[in-house]
Amino acid sequence: MLSPESLKKIDQEIAKYPADQKQSASMSALRIAQQEKGWLANETIEFVAKYLGMPPVAVYEVASFYNMYDLAPVGARKITVCTNLPCALSGGVHAAEYIKKKLGIDFNETTADGKFTLKEGECMGACGDAPVLLVNNHQMCSWMTEEKIDQLLADLQK
Amino acid sequence: MSSQGIILADLDGDRTWRLADYVKRGGYEALKKIIAEKIPADEIIGEVKKSGLRGRGGAGFPTGLKWSFMPRAFPGAKYLACNSDEGEPGTFKDRDILRYNPHTVIEGMIIAGYAMGCERGYNYIHGEIFEVYDRFEEALAEAREAGLLGRNILGSDFSFDLFAHHGYGAYICGEETALLESIEGKKGQPRFKPPFPASFGLYGKPTTINNTETFASIPYIIREGGDAFLALGKPNNGGTKLFSVSGHVNKPGNYEIPLGTPFSVLLEMAGGIRGGRKLKAVIPGGSSAPVLPGAVMMDCTMDYDSISKAGSMLGSGAVIVMDESTCMVKALERLSYFYFEESCGQCTPCREGTGWLYRVVHRIENGLGRPDDLDLLNSVTANIMGRTICALGDAASMPVQSFVKHFGDEFAFHIEHKKCLVPPQVQYEGSKIYVA
Repeated sequence: MLSPESLKKIDQEIAKYPADQKQSASMSALRIAQQEKGWLANETIEFVAKYLGMPPVAVYEVASFYNMYDLAPVGARKITVCTNLPCALSGGVHAAEYIKKKLGIDFNETTADGKFTLKEGECMGACGDAPVLLVNNHQMCSWMTEEKIDQLLADLQK
Repeated sequence: MSSQGIILADLDGDRTWRLADYVKRGGYEALKKIIAEKIPADEIIGEVKKSGLRGRGGAGFPTGLKWSFMPRAFPGAKYLACNSDEGEPGTFKDRDILRYNPHTVIEGMIIAGYAMGCERGYNYIHGEIFEVYDRFEEALAEAREAGLLGRNILGSDFSFDLFAHHGYGAYICGEETALLESIEGKKGQPRFKPPFPASFGLYGKPTTINNTETFASIPYIIREGGDAFLALGKPNNGGTKLFSVSGHVNKPGNYEIPLGTPFSVLLEMAGGIRGGRKLKAVIPGGSSAPVLPGAVMMDCTMDYDSISKAGSMLGSGAVIVMDESTCMVKALERLSYFYFEESCGQCTPCREGTGWLYRVVHRIENGLGRPDDLDLLNSVTANIMGRTICALGDAASMPVQSFVKHFGDEFAFHIEHKKCLVPPQVQYEGSKIYVA
């Protein structure tokens, strides 16, 4: 169900915890599974559960609690913009509005071609870099002026 | 980023984070001294007590005292956890520590492990700064390779290993027992206390949790002595501290300065207020800390005691600066939405109350406020505070109480006139995309 590369990464995570505490790797295993599959379908969650020897519902509980896991399909690129207060004071909301206009979608929507999903994020711990956004959870983009947003979207189109 | 301190000093951005660079800056000397001189654990804890170091994550609890709570003689596993789950709006210091000086956190944790008899530690890193997580993994590999982590560190009989664990989008995991639940691979819901982590922590074993910046301060304290660290700050407020300055300043960023530095000096370091506008309000310690009017802040010094006397908290050192273009109702609306969104839902007063707070502030901001809404807000906060397992409920309530207390007229204006006191165009100009 998951590739050998993903399973190898999950095994490395499991090794970080005491031998009888494999479930500690559930967060990273879900992250690795999502990186491979794009989002977490029930079958993927069940597979992770079986791999870690956990009840599927316990893994679902984790997947549904933390907001960077996607339990429904998202576009090839998920853009999450922080609009919390410190970011908003330096243009976080304006940046989000600009992206909405450029992509023609609102928060929690995906472009018709399936390329982009836009999300509103909570504090990413990078307020000094405002406006700040994440691409596919892991790539942080700082000081996003309109010009830099144009460039980023063009690069991501490729 | 600028430093008059000990953690971010002498760094050159992305170019000086590796082990070799850290060693050049005196890194791992403290650990080597401990191992070579077989310094007793009590002496180390005594030095940390002497330093006056207080927890840098927000609560400001004396670190040495916390360490002394660990039952060192307790047989079996004991754990150490580092709280790098930095997601309190306004706080962004641990990210810079971890990406520019990761080894100081690693060394601090190894020393803490030695002092408290822990064999294993975890650094819990905020999921949104994933690139920092990857870097920390690299730094751990370097330390392991150099014999600084693992079995028989530097040839001694002391063993300690350290691993990175990432969050994935949940503010609540910054609460220390939620963080432990999360390391255990569960949803991050805080535990009822007592028992405290020092007796029942990770996997039910004695555990100490400290903030990233707290651990990062330890090598200096051991190398130079507790007195030297204390002297960097002021009594009861030892050391230098990182302040994350965000909002309407010309140069947002991290500033590492002695505790006790006047706020006005910090503001000046951060380039002053943007566009020559006037200072209106400051949240001095992260979004959960009560807001203070600008004039009150201008009389404060940046330390635990001064900010507390002024009616707020130094918290994590996250200074959110708002100028006269800010609508205070709108500012509070955004913060209230955050707590509503991030409440874990375990306690009814917080789960329901944060929703009430957000909806009432939202309707005031949108011209639908009712005459008794301010009383209602105060009543909701009174029903949340002190009635929940963890501090998130209080954290959601304190901004509401303080915004209404200090800027009540602005809220009343909204309710009466169904619009903002600050003209929309002024707000728009003030919150445009700004890059220093």
